[in-house]
Amino acid sequence: MISLTLVQGSYIVAALLFIAALAGLSRHESARMGNRYGIFGMAIALVFTVAAAVIGVNGLGDANDRSGSGLTGFALIVAAMAIGGAIGIWRARRVEMTGMPELIAMLHSFVGLAAVLVGWNSSYETDVPYPAIHDAEVFIGVFIGAVTFTGSIVAYLKLSGRIKSAPMMLPAHNAVNLGIIVVSVVMTVVYVAMPHDDTMVRQSLLFAMTLLALFLGWHLVASIGGGDMPVVVSMLNSYSGWAAAAAGFLLSNDLLIITGALVGSSGAYLSYIMCQAMNRSFLSVIAGGFGVEAGTVSSDVDYGEHREISAEGAAELLSSARSVVITPGYGMAVAQAQYPVAELTRQLRDRGVDVRFGIHPVAGRLPGHMNVLLAEAKVPYDVVLEMDEINDDFPETDVVLVIGANDTVNPAAIDEPNSPIAGMPVLNVWDAKDVIVFKRSMATGYAGVQNPLFFKDNTQMLFGDAKERVEDILKAL
Amino acid sequence: MRIGVPRESKPGERKVAATPKTVEQLIKLGYDVSVQADAGAGASFDDAAYEAAGATIAGEDVWDRDIILKINPPDPAEVALLQAGQTVIGLLAPAFDPDLVEALSQRGVTALAMDAVPRISRAQSLDVLSSMANIGGYRAVIEAANEFGSFFTGQVTAAGKVPPAKVLVVGAGVAGLAAIGTAGSLGAIVRAFDARPEVAEQVESMGAEFLAIDVEDSGPSASGYAKEMGEDFNRKAAELYAEQVKDVDIVITTALIPGKPAPRLITEEMVATMKPGSVVVDMAASNGGNVAGSVADERVVTDNGVTILGYTDLPGRLPTQASQLFGTNLVNLLKLLTPEKNGEMVLDLDDPVVRGMTVVDRGEVMWPPPPVQVSAAPAPTPAPIPAEPVPAKAPMSDGRKLGLIAVAAALFLGLSAVSPEPFLGHFMVFALAVVIGFYVIGNVHHALHTPLMSVTNAISGIILVGALLQVGHGDWVTVLAFIAILVASINVFGGFTVTARMLRMFRREDSIR
Repeated sequence: MISLTLVQGSYIVAALLFIAALAGLSRHESARMGNRYGIFGMAIALVFTVAAAVIGVNGLGDANDRSGSGLTGFALIVAAMAIGGAIGIWRARRVEMTGMPELIAMLHSFVGLAAVLVGWNSSYETDVPYPAIHDAEVFIGVFIGAVTFTGSIVAYLKLSGRIKSAPMMLPAHNAVNLGIIVVSVVMTVVYVAMPHDDTMVRQSLLFAMTLLALFLGWHLVASIGGGDMPVVVSMLNSYSGWAAAAAGFLLSNDLLIITGALVGSSGAYLSYIMCQAMNRSFLSVIAGGFGVEAGTVSSDVDYGEHREISAEGAAELLSSARSVVITPGYGMAVAQAQYPVAELTRQLRDRGVDVRFGIHPVAGRLPGHMNVLLAEAKVPYDVVLEMDEINDDFPETDVVLVIGANDTVNPAAIDEPNSPIAGMPVLNVWDAKDVIVFKRSMATGYAGVQNPLFFKDNTQMLFGDAKERVEDILKAL
Repeated sequence: MRIGVPRESKPGERKVAATPKTVEQLIKLGYDVSVQADAGAGASFDDAAYEAAGATIAGEDVWDRDIILKINPPDPAEVALLQAGQTVIGLLAPAFDPDLVEALSQRGVTALAMDAVPRISRAQSLDVLSSMANIGGYRAVIEAANEFGSFFTGQVTAAGKVPPAKVLVVGAGVAGLAAIGTAGSLGAIVRAFDARPEVAEQVESMGAEFLAIDVEDSGPSASGYAKEMGEDFNRKAAELYAEQVKDVDIVITTALIPGKPAPRLITEEMVATMKPGSVVVDMAASNGGNVAGSVADERVVTDNGVTILGYTDLPGRLPTQASQLFGTNLVNLLKLLTPEKNGEMVLDLDDPVVRGMTVVDRGEVMWPPPPVQVSAAPAPTPAPIPAEPVPAKAPMSDGRKLGLIAVAAALFLGLSAVSPEPFLGHFMVFALAVVIGFYVIGNVHHALHTPLMSVTNAISGIILVGALLQVGHGDWVTVLAFIAILVASINVFGGFTVTARMLRMFRREDSIR
């Protein structure tokens, strides 16, 4: 028997360590230490919980005692953790940095699934002090968990390209979503009010609600397009936190509540930043359908014709430049061009060219995705700057390389009040002396908006696969 | 088709219409290129370099090629060499030289004037006037510096302080901007004036001060060039010049109006008020000059010691660079005319760029072309219809905020009145944790958002704790708990591992080198 207060003490320590872990991530220098705090906190919490689960808890008064699950329980726990841990570490070591969004989405789904399972398990418990509250908590926990679960799986499938990333548009999809939520609320009320001996009906009600929530999660994310994925992934991050917090209420476990709240608010904050970076409200992202209602008003405007440049020409321009800014986008990740780009950066810096990176907050498919890719290719992080840090420097910049970005460098956001992306903060690359845009073709970006940047007098297009073109430039240098 | 590049016959001309580099590009387009012996000598390109690029060296027979690339208009002797069916491309000045147009049409040739490229964005890559004006503007400053008896840049030396030179550039077209840039990079204080107020931004972007006069009605002309200005404007501009020339050391004038004599901007009286040793470069001298007393191709020194340079061959004084740019403009034209890249020239007269340049088509005079509307000038398009003014989000007033908070608080209090005590305790923890979460996450560096997500992923695997305690409480419960432990463990271990892996990759510059 282990004392209940000892277990709870370990939870307080773990919770503080988790907060320290998140605080550590505020700076690059302390980030690694932060991760270690997290691991340490997790280890403490797990050791005491496993001990409590196996040998039982000695609570305050006999009524609160819980017997342990004994040796069989221990074996089961160790087996489950060993399998899960092995899979987790294996995936984490193997994943490509370009595949980070998929991995993160996948991990969210696990939290959701675990929340659903924990919720179901809890519904079997009968002797609880406040049955009404407990029932409501079961429903809320399972609901959030299920939405997170299927939502994350759809996000994973979209990000890994297994299903089309275009938004799926069912008729009246907003009404469907709202309807499911209303029905779920009604079901919760019925469930809470129902007498406890009616097990069969109660279980089927829970089951039906789980199915509805699973459908809602799937439908919610399926109707959101690929370019909004940074918001979706951080939103799911937030949901997974709330799911954990709901489980915490259910189990009266403060550690789960604190951790869930931390994760939930973290995800919510990230979603908020992403939405601001796209000048869109959170609701409009969730409701899906970029540009569907706005239409592509400006697409028939004739911007003139674009000019092309060869890789040799680009190399010449670069070698005579004094300062160069590279603005990467998701296209760089798709083409796996980060390594040649890093090599280009190194060579130019060795020649004394000031090379920096300008990262738009929604570049990539995950908040901070571009930073991770560039770090992987060994670009020092002190030359990788945020949009706000670099936007004022463009007029003094000789050459800007736009690699795989489109909407995040679109002057229409500023110049054309009717554009679907009007008002979105963008990188003002056109203020530089020369702009070279790497692109596969003249197709529009995710938002379906034509980009007047391509037709500006100081812009030249370099068509083809970004990786091959950058390698051509390296050769020409 | 075969291209011939003859030696320029104009006395003193050192440029050539193709360089070894452009020859290579022409051959890539499928053409067969011949260059007359010694054609590039003046621009430091020897025959061997042309041969190495793939051209053949020819004599007078270079004139019987299908396409003749030239810089200057052909003189009467050269026109006599042309045969029907040939194409001549070069500077032809069709507006000033109707006799040449007539002569070319009589020979039955096709003639394209490089100086008649319409000023639209697409045609910029073949606009020789721009590329030559760029060189001219640069050279004008160099010529002025050569005549000027002092530094351009200000210095403080042991022998005393040197004030920086003051340069006034009139006309901020391509030449003017090039002059502004060159003078600025030599360290001078540069001021510029232009009749078109919309170029102020370009002038300022080059680091010069834009001198503005306030007159209404000075819109850009539809052709993209400057036009003649009204009475009131001219009077105010003259006042500005009179005042400025007393102060500055160098004046560079670039005001040209196509098809008209150059406007007289600086009068004799103004020159008389200039400081001795001042230098004036009149880049419009060939069209009559912007400055009183300037003589085309001459250096004139006035009685009060002001040097006026009227050189008209400023681009030609950088023959190597000028030939390269001119040659590249020609290559870009031929790219446009050779869509198949098979060495066959196609004259598509529906293309406004080609139509604008075509002076003679197989003996038929095509000059003047219909006017082309320039899309470059942004003003003419009517203001975009404000279809749906982006709804400005009015920030909530303090009163409303307080009201909302009061409603929320009341609701919560109502709920808490019927809640059991332990629930509220948990809720307190929850609420505080949310607040802490927002503050802590708000400080996270933008670049670390992906590691942040994977760390939060890992710690939200703490739900594992709940599942652990459920093992052994009934068969079904144990099975579900087992699965929950398994998937949550993936999160915990995977999340921390991948975060550690990512964070190892973030490095400072000094630790990489």
